[in-house]
Amino acid sequence: MSGVGGLGDFWLTYQSTVAFVGLNGLLALSVYTTLSCGQLSLAQAGFMALGAYTSALLTLHTSAPFPAVLLAGTLAPALVAVPLGLPVLRLHGVFLAIATIGFGEVVRIFFVNLEATNGALGLVAIPQRAGLAGIYGALAAALFVLWRIRGSRAGYALEAIREDEPAARTMGIDASAYKLSMLVLGAAFAGLAGALDAHFSFMVAPASYSFGRVVDMLVYAVVGGSAAFYGPVVGAAFLTLLPEVLREIGGRLGLEPGPLRLFVNGLVLLLVVLFLPNGLVSLPRRVRRYVAGRRAEAHAP
Amino acid sequence: MGQQIVNGVFLGSIYALFALGYTLVFGVLDILNLAHQAVFMLCAYFALLLVLHLHLPMFLAFPAAVLAGGLLGLGVERVAFRPLRGRADSNVSGLISSIALATVLEALALQIFGPDVERFPFGIVPDRTLHLGDAVVSELQVVIIAIALAMLLALTWVVRWTALGRRIRAVAESPAAARVLGVDVDRVIAASFFVSSALGGAAGVLFGLAFNNVSPDMGRTVELKGLAVIILGGMGSMPGAAIAGFALGLVEVFTVAKLGSSYRDAVAFGILFLVLVLRPRGLLGSRALREA
Amino acid sequence: MLLSLADVRRTFGGLRAVDGVAFEVAEGEVHGLIGPNGAGKTTLLNLVSGLIRPTGGEIRLGSRRIDRLPTHRIAALGITRTYQNIRLFPALSAAENVLVGSHLRREDPVWKRMVFWPGCRREEADAAQWALSLLARVGMSERAAERASTLSYGEQRRVEIARALASAPRALLLDEPTAGMNPTEVAAIAGLIREVARSGQSVLLVEHNVKLVMDVCDRITVLNFGKVIADGTPAEVAADPGVIAAYLGSEA
Repeated sequence: MSGVGGLGDFWLTYQSTVAFVGLNGLLALSVYTTLSCGQLSLAQAGFMALGAYTSALLTLHTSAPFPAVLLAGTLAPALVAVPLGLPVLRLHGVFLAIATIGFGEVVRIFFVNLEATNGALGLVAIPQRAGLAGIYGALAAALFVLWRIRGSRAGYALEAIREDEPAARTMGIDASAYKLSMLVLGAAFAGLAGALDAHFSFMVAPASYSFGRVVDMLVYAVVGGSAAFYGPVVGAAFLTLLPEVLREIGGRLGLEPGPLRLFVNGLVLLLVVLFLPNGLVSLPRRVRRYVAGRRAEAHAP
Repeated sequence: MGQQIVNGVFLGSIYALFALGYTLVFGVLDILNLAHQAVFMLCAYFALLLVLHLHLPMFLAFPAAVLAGGLLGLGVERVAFRPLRGRADSNVSGLISSIALATVLEALALQIFGPDVERFPFGIVPDRTLHLGDAVVSELQVVIIAIALAMLLALTWVVRWTALGRRIRAVAESPAAARVLGVDVDRVIAASFFVSSALGGAAGVLFGLAFNNVSPDMGRTVELKGLAVIILGGMGSMPGAAIAGFALGLVEVFTVAKLGSSYRDAVAFGILFLVLVLRPRGLLGSRALREA
Repeated sequence: MLLSLADVRRTFGGLRAVDGVAFEVAEGEVHGLIGPNGAGKTTLLNLVSGLIRPTGGEIRLGSRRIDRLPTHRIAALGITRTYQNIRLFPALSAAENVLVGSHLRREDPVWKRMVFWPGCRREEADAAQWALSLLARVGMSERAAERASTLSYGEQRRVEIARALASAPRALLLDEPTAGMNPTEVAAIAGLIREVARSGQSVLLVEHNVKLVMDVCDRITVLNFGKVIADGTPAEVAADPGVIAAYLGSEA
């Protein structure tokens, strides 16, 4: 890197990576909202698609200002989340996961077949109205909301539901209402991310909103750690940046970037689930405990 | 009409075989193994390699691939599920670790084989056609249906009439009670994974032959359809998975005939939804699914 | 009458766990529920608190029928409980557990928190204060900040009681609160129960410790095989031949 010119090139190359760190962070938070009350919902790719398409259609066919377009992209999936959640949140564990996967697929298939949006080809040439400011502004807003919920009456209720839902109910906590609220909030986050993504990447296509996509979001949340509200963002940052770093090494070893990214995602997730179940954010605490333990051993008579 | 039925049964037999593996593991461990589709895919590749590079005839490559599937299943259990056994949230964490393992395996396949679709060479299975009434069936289709049915029957026989089957049922009922009765629970679980993945591998090879499609992402769609099948059939119920598999195959084929192929995939998810909302237990499932 | 049960029934598969149970609990009354293991006592508590629904019969709180209401509505009407195998939230501290118990008493709308509404700080402090006062009542002040999973058995039971009291319930259901406690601790719980009743709250106490039940209860219902075999004052119940027969053979 030679001086300012070099820095400028560096920035251009990595601007999109930085943008995707932000977007992936927001997507990871959309999965976190339901995880925080103990529900594994995998519908977020569908919600993202709804937000992306709604906002893209508004931009392409109306002269609505960008904030209004973003708002629409946020609200559309949030509204859909209500009739979805009412029947589906009665299910637990694996069954909820499967039902929500099904929803995501139905949305994707719907858009693949929708003539008005070019089916599988999707919409292109969406003006780039979203930049780093918009993306990180949205991420900050999401983090703010989650931060303020934590430690409040609602925040404790969510934790109680996560730990023991029937017991929480016997304390007067309307678990169904809280779970639905978190599903709607997650849908809003995913829709917002979808809308921003559509206006940053110029296009929307159903293939971007597949089951694999929501698995990515889940991986970010799990790897980062779903006990704290900022954990998923850490996971998203880590897993978005890591392949970039490895791309250099991988290239020299003759590894394709696509498979390499997948491999790294899968391997990191596996290692985290097996050895660091509370995610990367629990690493400092673990290290401290390990060091303290060793120190105690060394000082023992 | 007859043709649709034939096609439906054909498609359904592969769905049934795949779903059976899913439901077997779920019945025993209460866990959804989402690495099943990776085994499905890898066995198809394995058979392909045996045929292309070792020039094995299909009737040798197929059992070899099935065996490989079983062994792979043992590996999956050892790596992704066993370490999580004691944990409180083992259902969900097992789900996630199986997704992780599936991703790793898919990445390996992508790196080694590339993303393009491969095909089994022509003539690997005799290609004559038969006529049943107004339906045209290829010999390949008949063979596939026959193999699938044979495996279904074999599995039923194992589960109902053998000692291993009794042990599997005991562990499915209650691992703690089974252990008290002297059953080696770890061994039974490993055996279940072996059988389940062998079936998945078989389904993979048959799928690859049937649709002339072997690719690293071939497992993805089948995996999701497989979910619909086991939900419809009832999680943990093997006869349910078999019936639901054939049912889905038939419904899909008829839907394509009446409404066109774009709605084909939506059928599975529509069914999934209706079942989960109206009768989560599925056709033959017996567990209470909505806890508290 | 605060709580009344009429012909309450609950079957599981073919098993009649609760088979036509009826009794009443007055305001401020300590009502014992005893019987051999498997008599249906915990099932009855599950029915009253709304974790499960009866297959027949009625449960009323005051004049209002509650047996078909959702669990959280029953709690909101003033029924809280503890559990036989203790269900504290393991990752939360003792104080936080009690804080969750006070959910019904709190008002802390999320939107107010979003705009840093001044009242929020105050409300949070009040809620924390309330939780600590309840912990003091059960003698757990010193361990307020400890994670629930690190507390001893007896300590956990006490925190659970504090949690159940946190919403100022009209009826407190206790499921074997003194199991595993030493005599001093049992006496403390007895004192606490009397205190709760004096303030007008009712207590429905499921217990195996017969001495405690005789000491602290105003009335006792005895169950066996899901049916009521005696109902009356401690003296009446102790003299009832059916009760004596049912307990012969099981530790009294």
